[in-house]
Amino acid sequence: MTMELVCPAGSPAALAAALEQGADAVYLGLRNSTNARAFPGLNFTPEALADAVSQAHVRGCKIYLALNTYPTSDHMALWKNSIDIAANAGVDALIIAEMSLLDYAARHYPGTPRHLSVQGSATSPAALRFFHEQFGITRAVLPRVLSLAQVERVCEKSPVGIEVFAFGSLCIMVEGRCHLSSYVTGQSPNCHGVCSPAHHVHWEELPGDQRRVRLNKILIDEFKAGESASYPTVCKGRYLAGGALFYALEEPTSLNTLSLLPRLAEAGVVALKIEGRQRGPAYVAKVTRVWRQALDALQQQEPFVVRPEWQAALTHVAEGHQTTLGPYHRPWH
Amino acid sequence: MKISLGPLQYFWKKSEVLNFYQAAAGWPVDVFYLGETVCSKRRELRLRDWLALAETLADQGHEVVLSSLALIEAESDLATLQHLVDNKKFKVEANDLSAVQLCHEHQIPFIAGPTLNIYNHEALALLQRCGLIRLVLSVDQGAQQLEALQRQVRLAAQPFPELEVLVWGRIPLAYSARCFTARARNLAKDDCGLCCLEYPDGLLVETREGQSFLCINGIQVQSAACCDLGPELNELVELGVDYLRITPQRQDTDLVVRRFAEALSTRTPPARHGDCNGYWHGGAGMAQINTLKL
Repeated sequence: MTMELVCPAGSPAALAAALEQGADAVYLGLRNSTNARAFPGLNFTPEALADAVSQAHVRGCKIYLALNTYPTSDHMALWKNSIDIAANAGVDALIIAEMSLLDYAARHYPGTPRHLSVQGSATSPAALRFFHEQFGITRAVLPRVLSLAQVERVCEKSPVGIEVFAFGSLCIMVEGRCHLSSYVTGQSPNCHGVCSPAHHVHWEELPGDQRRVRLNKILIDEFKAGESASYPTVCKGRYLAGGALFYALEEPTSLNTLSLLPRLAEAGVVALKIEGRQRGPAYVAKVTRVWRQALDALQQQEPFVVRPEWQAALTHVAEGHQTTLGPYHRPWH
Repeated sequence: MKISLGPLQYFWKKSEVLNFYQAAAGWPVDVFYLGETVCSKRRELRLRDWLALAETLADQGHEVVLSSLALIEAESDLATLQHLVDNKKFKVEANDLSAVQLCHEHQIPFIAGPTLNIYNHEALALLQRCGLIRLVLSVDQGAQQLEALQRQVRLAAQPFPELEVLVWGRIPLAYSARCFTARARNLAKDDCGLCCLEYPDGLLVETREGQSFLCINGIQVQSAACCDLGPELNELVELGVDYLRITPQRQDTDLVVRRFAEALSTRTPPARHGDCNGYWHGGAGMAQINTLKL
């Protein structure tokens, strides 16, 4: 069975790029706080979502709607209304993290498949059984915490198809359980759909072309002249610990699993997710093209070889211009 | 209102753990949460040791709950979890949906730990149908969210479970597959040498300006600042909180417990001793908001 290539789109132009370059499915969000990339100017209005569905279906591509934030008790209507909009627009699946929304979708739109979002934090067959039995999910996206051997084990025992992250900015914490952003800024991926939001970021220019970057007054990092500066998410800053100054949690880097493709396919992974709804159409086009070629090559009879030009193209668009096998590779841990 | 001692977050020598709880048995603590919740490699106490400790504390008249691992990765983690759920005597704090599922499959009531992401009354009702009897509010939720939760629970005529809030301690902020303590020591996680033993209060992370910021504790990241909802005691009472959770630290946990116990008996909120209360007031977790109206 071939693995499905699931690509991101934060705008109609990015969607067009993904369709053009051969995505099997595109995931997107509505323009509100119901999804984890609730950035200004990003995402789709209900009308744009309906257009996206028709455009994708003409090309034989699927549209998944990400509804992967957690509503609080007084604000359930916005999320439920978003499910109504998406189901009525004819999306091919809803990607949901929160259990009351999975329940709502299952009861009101049983014909629309439900995928468990990575924000649902399910890392074991038992947790996957919970979501399968309670809400009839047909697929789950695994948090980026398991090693390849552990992913293989989960695939063997999972009651649902497994989707994994293949490429893009790397969250190193268990998704859905990281409060670093809200600890500093009051806003979180879980509740607000944002991580380290831009309006809390403050850059300071220092003598000698040095720069400092703060997140709500907390110094995240300082860059020498010419040093490439990355976006100040809390997990990717340089701090002092045990007398040393270093990236105490993680370097700015992107996940890249190209070299693992044969093993992921062998494990029975059903879909590969490309991160980056916040990135522009050029990123989506470039990354989708590379992964389409790689997945097509995997289908050929010859042994799979990662082409250097693929790696070069992906590294070019990666965070900090570097990539890692991340948690799939045991020494990363 | 009762006082609970949350699960020990750090990795201590077995003798230190046993000494700590032997002393704690004499403090005004109503509920003890026991067990390893952070890293499955921490085996100074194995499940049978935790169970023996649980028996001792229960014999002394305390309520004891066994807390499960927050992040399940390997099959061996699931097997341990299964044993914990099968213990037949003590309640379980489910810190992951794997634990919820195992409790549900065995029809065992459970306490929902702070990492389950229960943000609204409908999720709460779903889990109550699966056996939830007590809710420990997640660390990022505050008074306003709790009020809304209770309002909606009432409107839906749902039963309200017992309620517990973390009132004292460093805030657990994130979990990863990576061990940050091993990383700080330039060691691979698989070859960590159990170096967390050398950091009985975690490893402090400071900004480049020397500001205390985070605390590394194996695969967990905590706040360096200590959350303190002592001054918010009246609000906690009004909102129907049943259990005040205090997280053990190496030093002065007894003083903290006694301070809260005294505050409960005199109905007088203690002065602020800790650092932050931002989450409770709906702001950044690290914020300190002065709520005492003098």
